[in-house]
Amino acid sequence: MNFIYDPVPWVINWLTQLLLSWGLSENFVTTLLYLIGAVLICLGAMLFTTMLIWAERKIGGRFQDRLGPNRVGPWGIFQSIADMLKIFTKEYINPVGIDKIPFNLAPVLAVAAVLAVWAVIPFSQTVFGSNINVGILYIIAIGGLGEMAIILAGFGSNNKYALLGAFRAVAQLISYEVPMVIVLLIPVMFSGSMGLNEIVQAQTIPFIVYAPVACIIFFICSIAENGRAPFDLLEADSELVAGYNIEYSGLKFGMFFVADFLHAFTSAIVFTTIFLGGWQGPGVEQIPVLGGAYMLIKTLLVYFLMLAIRFTVPRFRIDQMMALNWKILTPLALVTVVVTALVDKAIPHEMTVIRIGALLVVNLIIWLLADRMITIYRKRNPVQVVTGKLRPLARPEFLSVAEKETAQ
Amino acid sequence: MTGMQLIFLIAAAVVVSSAFMSVTSRRMIHAALWFVLALLGVAVIYALLEVSFFAVVQVLVYVGAIAILIIFATMLTRRALEDHGKQFNRATLMTLVIVSVIFAGLVFSLRSWPQLQSMTAPLSADQLDVGVLGLALTAPDGFALPFEVTSILLLAALIGSIYVAYERKEKKK
Repeated sequence: MNFIYDPVPWVINWLTQLLLSWGLSENFVTTLLYLIGAVLICLGAMLFTTMLIWAERKIGGRFQDRLGPNRVGPWGIFQSIADMLKIFTKEYINPVGIDKIPFNLAPVLAVAAVLAVWAVIPFSQTVFGSNINVGILYIIAIGGLGEMAIILAGFGSNNKYALLGAFRAVAQLISYEVPMVIVLLIPVMFSGSMGLNEIVQAQTIPFIVYAPVACIIFFICSIAENGRAPFDLLEADSELVAGYNIEYSGLKFGMFFVADFLHAFTSAIVFTTIFLGGWQGPGVEQIPVLGGAYMLIKTLLVYFLMLAIRFTVPRFRIDQMMALNWKILTPLALVTVVVTALVDKAIPHEMTVIRIGALLVVNLIIWLLADRMITIYRKRNPVQVVTGKLRPLARPEFLSVAEKETAQ
Repeated sequence: MTGMQLIFLIAAAVVVSSAFMSVTSRRMIHAALWFVLALLGVAVIYALLEVSFFAVVQVLVYVGAIAILIIFATMLTRRALEDHGKQFNRATLMTLVIVSVIFAGLVFSLRSWPQLQSMTAPLSADQLDVGVLGLALTAPDGFALPFEVTSILLLAALIGSIYVAYERKEKKK
């Protein structure tokens, strides 16, 4: 085992030998190493988030023709650190009538639910927390804990806007889980396993090539799960004020903030793992550390795409969002799963090119049919434009003759 | 005592005490939240038994769906989320006696059950495979029939609930 080719297992091995030579029992050493690994991943993820926040604000600034943060440090790179220090010093405000335990548990649970996903992600061929055989189900189940955190925050705050915001948030998250879970059956079908390691290993050709429609549905759903634009209805100033986290201040709000940004990055990681082949790439068999680099590059590309969508697309209305989910994505996901299963079963897996070609053609047909049906539906039910009374501006051509004369 | 036993004892204590709290707490939402904690404790026990599939499904179905449904239902239907009435009625003492007798009887009869004395053995690798479970559910000589019957039952429940909730349009005369 070489340090340069594969550093993490080398360090683990070295640490195990060291601790064993001190006369500690093997069980204790294993537990201790798992603990160290968990702490390092959590700490790394949280610190990485401060960089993510800076990057997101900077990129968002460029997208919207602004500068973004540019005062603290070169290119404003220390802006999030300054924000972090500020948020540490803020006062903890406990509003009157809150339910103490749910109110204080919610921010912790929100971050924990996101960090728990990192436990099963294979970062490279040899670096992963735990290879449980139900990895995909685990990721979805952990998402349920995140919903719990939102409910706890909304209920514990004793604020009607928070409660309404929590209801809306949970309704959105649960709705978009439906097509997401259906579509996740496709990678499970292709790889024959629910473990994330096996799914990545099966992707010598990434699943995005086999199942582009499923991939797009999953991508849309993961943006919606993050609650980001165009699905950022969790925070609606005119209806809900700030949504479920309205009563939080200081570090407790900071936890929700971190959970939000970390969730966006985590869903980019999950997308990379499931559809883009995770650490797969040229040369990973010889040099496993390259896998980590491939993973990072792919994840950052997906994350950048998410940011591009976030900063360019205007938001949906709540009814449009629900219609998109229940009337378009869910039926599309169901059809895609059934058709993909049938076609994939019909063609032997040795004929890779024919298999990919057939799946691509099928996906294209599904996509065109869906597009056609939506167009026909739109023609039959045109969108009603809601406008107020037409109020012409005070331009010369709108002025009546009498007014013109008085003006002259 | 090994670490496993310690975790089991903690999880079991959490499950029992939160189940108790969920039937005794006065606020409906607190009862629902204690219920969630009890379900999570059961998931921990499944994880200790190395059936990760059941542990994850427990969290996914019960915490992620059913508990949220219960919380939504209580929040949306009850105007007062707090109960002020008495928590005991006349039958309490009698029920307590009956329940204790049944519990003692169960413990007594289980004491003679040999399985209780044996230690748990780790599962073999092929038993841990989720695929085995899937095959058992779909194979004709496995549990295909009960599985399908359950799905028809759920479908019937779904249609029934839609029928109950469906608002009939009044016929214009």
